[in-house]
Amino acid sequence: MLILQCPYCGINADETELAAGGQAHIKRETVGSDDNAFEDYLFRRVNPKGVHFERWRHANGCGKWFHAARCTMTLEVFGTYKAQTFEPPQNIKDAISAKRPGWKWGDFS
Amino acid sequence: MKRYSAFAIAREATRYHQGWERAWASPDPKKRYDAIIIGAGGHGLASAYYLGKNFGITNVAVIEKGWLGGGNTGRNTTIIRSNYLQDPSAAIYEKARSLYETMSQDLNYNVMFSPRGVIMLAQTHHEVRGYQRTAHANALQGVTTEWINSARVKELCPIMNIEGPRYPVLGGLWQARGGTARHDAVAWGYARACSDMGMDILQKCEVTGVMSEGGKVKGVATSRGDILCDKLGIVVAGNSGHVAEMAGFRLPLESVALQALVSEPIKPCMDIVVMANTVHGYLSQSDKGEMVIGGGTDSYNNYTQRGSFHHVEETVRALIETFPILSRLKMLRQWGGIVDVTGDRSPILSKTPLEGCFINCGWGTGGFKAIPGSGWGFAELMAKGYSPLTSEFGLDRFKEGRFIDESVAAGVAH
Ligand SMILES: Cc1cc2nc3c(=O)[nH]c(=O)nc-3n(C[C@H](O)[C@H](O)[C@H](O)COP(=O)(O)OP(=O)(O)OC[C@H]3O[C@@H](n4cnc5c(N)ncnc54)[C@H](O)[C@@H]3O)c2cc1C
Ligand SMILES: [Zn+2]
Repeated sequence: MLILQCPYCGINADETELAAGGQAHIKRETVGSDDNAFEDYLFRRVNPKGVHFERWRHANGCGKWFHAARCTMTLEVFGTYKAQTFEPPQNIKDAISAKRPGWKWGDFS
Repeated sequence: MKRYSAFAIAREATRYHQGWERAWASPDPKKRYDAIIIGAGGHGLASAYYLGKNFGITNVAVIEKGWLGGGNTGRNTTIIRSNYLQDPSAAIYEKARSLYETMSQDLNYNVMFSPRGVIMLAQTHHEVRGYQRTAHANALQGVTTEWINSARVKELCPIMNIEGPRYPVLGGLWQARGGTARHDAVAWGYARACSDMGMDILQKCEVTGVMSEGGKVKGVATSRGDILCDKLGIVVAGNSGHVAEMAGFRLPLESVALQALVSEPIKPCMDIVVMANTVHGYLSQSDKGEMVIGGGTDSYNNYTQRGSFHHVEETVRALIETFPILSRLKMLRQWGGIVDVTGDRSPILSKTPLEGCFINCGWGTGGFKAIPGSGWGFAELMAKGYSPLTSEFGLDRFKEGRFIDESVAAGVAH
């Protein structure tokens, strides 16, 4: 059972208390973007084997959206953070680097 | 290759079964092949087989990081049906189903195809309308299916409780020539036939990089050295995103865990396959007597081949109302596979941005049934650059908005 700490209410929530929201940090395209950019935004996914950033919602709790950094090969959780950011905060990146030196995900490393 | 036959069994019986040959060779990699297929699951092996059989291309290697058939092909609940809604799906799944009918004879390998019939239960009024619509679509596509009422469902499957308060059975979509086959045997049968044509199946050989030159594929880097090729087929299911990254492109799919479980063996009580999509459960009885149960996918990315326990619980909890008999069974084993799910729940059989490199993936939760049809079409695509079976399943459909939407049509898992 996956357990994530909700960064808003601090509760360690079982996955049955959470709703998965898919890949995080997707840049929204809009008027003027070309077809390729739209395809990336709508459909193409990093789907990494290893470090991943995801959106989750504390659905059966405080109801808020947050982000989680996880490893898809070991199910290890590196940390969770609030949703109001365009990229993972430094302390999360450091936590990942400590365990997965040289990691890379999209534009982040 | 010595053929399998009743005569061969008698011959071997007289000499203590000492004369059986190995079913396939385990050669060392050559320097170069005309075509390389990455992934020795059912789809990869079938693709190689039809490259040889239909197009005479036999200088082929199938490269597998583990053991052949050890991926989803050896982990699925083996349901075979072709009652999809959209025309391109009906074409490729029905091609596959019809090839299953003669596969044992064609491969000289008993794949135990058992066309015992498949019902997809309608347990909501929405499903009643949906499946009636599918039955009409299938009639136009030349796929034999039939809408049946709940009394007929009960007749076909007496252990079913059709009057459940939460999930009453209102009828079903019946495909009499759907059924099951032995999953390992499908992989083994194709592997044996490929090896017999002179192809190399390279097991315990992981592809770690794709080599290219001037936008054209040149070969692959593997744990057993670099191997060159003119054409490359990527057929690695849950690992598709990972291998595509090596080839320099990103795919519109995500990898998640799908689980199945089997009960202790009991006496024969159900001789058809039942799918209950409202509750994300499906059920058949194996020849050994185990009830084989499949569930829904997990909701998050995962490469561990393990799923979440609560999904098993949800599936079984919901099925018990319709199959009260299950409530007193012990479950023996449970396992997971990593499935590659696309947005429209349809597969991708396509050229890629890298010239000479093709991809066959996105079969997600339901590709076992498609193995021979997929191999047939993908081999044609790799050999000739075009196949009528695969033309609608290209990667460009996402950009162009030409989805083959089976997610609302054929429903949930597989
Ligand atoms: C629990 C479960 C139940 C299912 N039930 C059904 C069902 O009832 N009916 C149905 O039709 N479908 C079902 N499916 C789906 C079906 O199993 C798959 O769609 C199908 O088996 C995919 O076959 P494949 O050959 O594409 O993939 P796989 O059999 O997974 O083969 C891919 C192979 O590629 C290899 N590979 C990966 N990366 C590399 C690399 N870098 N180098 C070398 N080799 C590599 C893997 O080791 C693997 O052997 C189910 C799946 C699961 C998990
Ligand atoms: Zn919370």
